[in-house]
Amino acid sequence: MRTPLGIVKGLGSAKEGTHHWWVQRATSAALFPLTVWFITSIATLVGSDYGAIVTWVKNPLTMVLLVLFVGFVFYHLRIGVQVILDDYANSRKAKLAGLFLNDAFCLIFGLLTIFSILRIFLGN
Amino acid sequence: MPNKKRPLSPHLQVYRLGFQMVLSGLHRIAGMALGLGTLIMVWWAMALASGAEAYAVFEGVMVHPLGRLVLFGFTFALIYHGLNGLRHLAWDAGRGYEKKTVKTSGLVVVALTVFLTVAVWVFAYMQAGKI
Repeated sequence: MRTPLGIVKGLGSAKEGTHHWWVQRATSAALFPLTVWFITSIATLVGSDYGAIVTWVKNPLTMVLLVLFVGFVFYHLRIGVQVILDDYANSRKAKLAGLFLNDAFCLIFGLLTIFSILRIFLGN
Repeated sequence: MPNKKRPLSPHLQVYRLGFQMVLSGLHRIAGMALGLGTLIMVWWAMALASGAEAYAVFEGVMVHPLGRLVLFGFTFALIYHGLNGLRHLAWDAGRGYEKKTVKTSGLVVVALTVFLTVAVWVFAYMQAGKI
């Protein structure tokens, strides 16, 4: 016997209850203003030379917003793709392989991007 | 015994294709495309961190007509996914479910996506002094 609360907390197709659903919404809400900032900034930087773009990343506020944007993007992407796999992957093998590749992609490229941003920020 | 052939989602092909279905499908397709498109951002950050020479290679690819086309598609997908995401957030909060509202909000999202995508590119070309 399980109470309705117990069921909702631990089940669902991802076996994680409502956690992923909630995080997907929370990252969406955070990403909307960050995306508006990102698009506006990049559009403004079009035509700037290498030095000007490095100077832009070296601004502390830019660096923090970029790291937040990249972090939320890859977290949001990871859960979004997981939902698609939950919905459409018919075999367990395909789903597990997909989930592994998804995790690897988001973790590796997310860290690479953040590492690069920090390298620019700390560089001479 | 569970039947292994049982689909996990309703068969897409049994429904007649409608406007809302296309928008819903586009939301996921745009999300997946943006997911692959993150590689452009990864390359941008890595090239920028590596120095002026590496960055010139990145820039060379992006200013090529094909590079511009991909970036234009990326801009469109990002703005669409963002605006349509707001509709999803509203629905999750239990708002905007009236049939008329759903149709109107869908049309607004499509119109705004087209307008804003073009506006961002016009603005970017003006920044670069090309217009």
